[in-house]
Amino acid sequence: MEKLFLSEFPELSRETLRFIKKGFDTSYRAFSREYGDTIEAVFDPVLYFLVWFEKLLQNSPWPLVLICFLAIIYFGSRKISVTVGSLFAFLLIGIFGMWEDTMSTVSIIGVCTLLSIGIGIPVGVLMAKSERAQRICTPILDVMQTMPSFVYLIPVVMLLGIGKIPGLLAVVIYAIPPIIRLTNLGIREVDSEVLEAADAFGANPRQKLFQIQLPLALPTIFAGINQTIMMALAMVVIASMIGVKGLGQPVLKAITNQYFAMGLFNGLAIVALAIIFDRVSQSFGHRIQQHRSGARE
Amino acid sequence: MSEIKIQIKNLYKIFGKNSKSALEKVKDGVNKDELLEKYNHVLGLKDINLDIKEKSIQVVMGLSGSGKSTLIRHINRLIEPTDGSVVVDGDDVLKMNDESLRNFRRKKTAMVFQRFALLPHKTVLQNTLFGLHIQNIDENEANTRARKWIDRVGLSGYEEKYPQHLSGGMQQRVGLARALTNDGEILLMDEAFSALDPLIRKDMQDILLELQDELHKTVVFITHDLDEALKIGDRIAILKDGIMDQEGIPADILLKPKTKYVKDFVEDVNRARVIKAKHIMSTINGQDISNAMVVNQDDFIDRFIDKVISEKPNCIIVKDKQDKNVGYLSSTRLAEILKR
Repeated sequence: MEKLFLSEFPELSRETLRFIKKGFDTSYRAFSREYGDTIEAVFDPVLYFLVWFEKLLQNSPWPLVLICFLAIIYFGSRKISVTVGSLFAFLLIGIFGMWEDTMSTVSIIGVCTLLSIGIGIPVGVLMAKSERAQRICTPILDVMQTMPSFVYLIPVVMLLGIGKIPGLLAVVIYAIPPIIRLTNLGIREVDSEVLEAADAFGANPRQKLFQIQLPLALPTIFAGINQTIMMALAMVVIASMIGVKGLGQPVLKAITNQYFAMGLFNGLAIVALAIIFDRVSQSFGHRIQQHRSGARE
Repeated sequence: MSEIKIQIKNLYKIFGKNSKSALEKVKDGVNKDELLEKYNHVLGLKDINLDIKEKSIQVVMGLSGSGKSTLIRHINRLIEPTDGSVVVDGDDVLKMNDESLRNFRRKKTAMVFQRFALLPHKTVLQNTLFGLHIQNIDENEANTRARKWIDRVGLSGYEEKYPQHLSGGMQQRVGLARALTNDGEILLMDEAFSALDPLIRKDMQDILLELQDELHKTVVFITHDLDEALKIGDRIAILKDGIMDQEGIPADILLKPKTKYVKDFVEDVNRARVIKAKHIMSTINGQDISNAMVVNQDDFIDRFIDKVISEKPNCIIVKDKQDKNVGYLSSTRLAEILKR
């Protein structure tokens, strides 16, 4: 008996384990039957916006969309090289028949990024302001970043079914941690002497946040936004498994049918989008640090 | 004229987790080293009593770790004391709630920092009007006031530059302009000139004295430099290890040091440059004042010493601004003072 105990880990009986798992699943299923519709309704506005945005990009004349993109890219980066490079990338994407899918991907990435910024920055600020919030949020962020995305896709799909919203949620869960972490870090890194000066002149906490902490943390926050966009793009293939349209679906089809060229083209389109997003957000991040440029006089 | 503006009473500051119980130990006579070693608390300030007169420059001097920066931060309560009181214009700063403390800091005080503490993302102009901006003062008025002080500290033409593009001396001018734009009655200067080169430091001291002649603020000036303290201080308090060793006018600190620490400190000072005639004169009672030389009571010794040596007067008569004889100075007394 003694020997057996040491060589085999004392585990729960198969019966008990099945009972636990089944109980868990049943209660979650009951929960999703009960509240699924309500939760879905909560996300309706996001869904409408996402659908509207996607249709807008797909149904507008392509030259117009392209010009808008290039204008945003130019005013974001202020670099001719990036703009011209993006023009070629978009032309190639269009010529190779991936324009429509690319528009879908851009729309979902755009909405996910906006959502991540909208939720992530306030949470990051909260973490920077309160030690307790930081202690609670850090392990949650660790889980969000390391938990295999398929695992949290299961309850999301059980709750909301297949479609855009569960895909959106999956992408946001995966992509939001960097912006939260870097907002927190950026605010905590603000020079304490500058904050002391603000205190000495009688700034209240809101004035300190909006006039000093956030502006000074902005470069770090922008690094977070950049990371968030990159991670969202990395999720498009997985999101396509639960019904999100875009460049991920052809990739998925290519994997299951061993269409190498198809996979490669769509994969390269994702890479091109990633590079464009990255260059634009990085040079925008650099540009808002105007005060750091130039030498002493 | 000489009303008390800031009154610091029995102020204690102990850094550490359980400062209240450490306070008892300090009041029972435990010293700084023992407190750190046995109880793991740092004694910041011990029983500080200081009355700061309105419209004067009060210097607080000490070496690093003496608690001088801690002391100045109690006046606008950037640091909470462990015990004691700080009364400004009759109001106890330590009893204010958040709102009234913010108002007190906005209206009554302004601070200049050792390492400038400018806002790196704002221009010189925006930095200068920061205090007014915080108070939601009308943009145009704030602009006018800020530009006036930028001009006054000699930074016209730099309004749109960022602090990083300026030299240290110029950055501290911005710091000074920012404080003056706020127009508080109290100016707190925490080693404001210590990070600057000697020449620029002298410049800034002159600017401060010149402005003070005109503005008559109550200035609390922290420094570790005795020459600076003697040059600008109306009164000087000397701190050592969180304890105030001596407080008085510069001449008294030089001529009557109370402790060995102060004595060692002032030993090498050129007295002729610090002591004025009025500090060492005695009252006239029937001395022979024929062949006397006349000096002003506010003249430093080094302004008339050459003349004394060449003319060898019988005695020196000290007059005040109204040309009235107020005192008498013998050459023996003068020699005694100047002898180390």
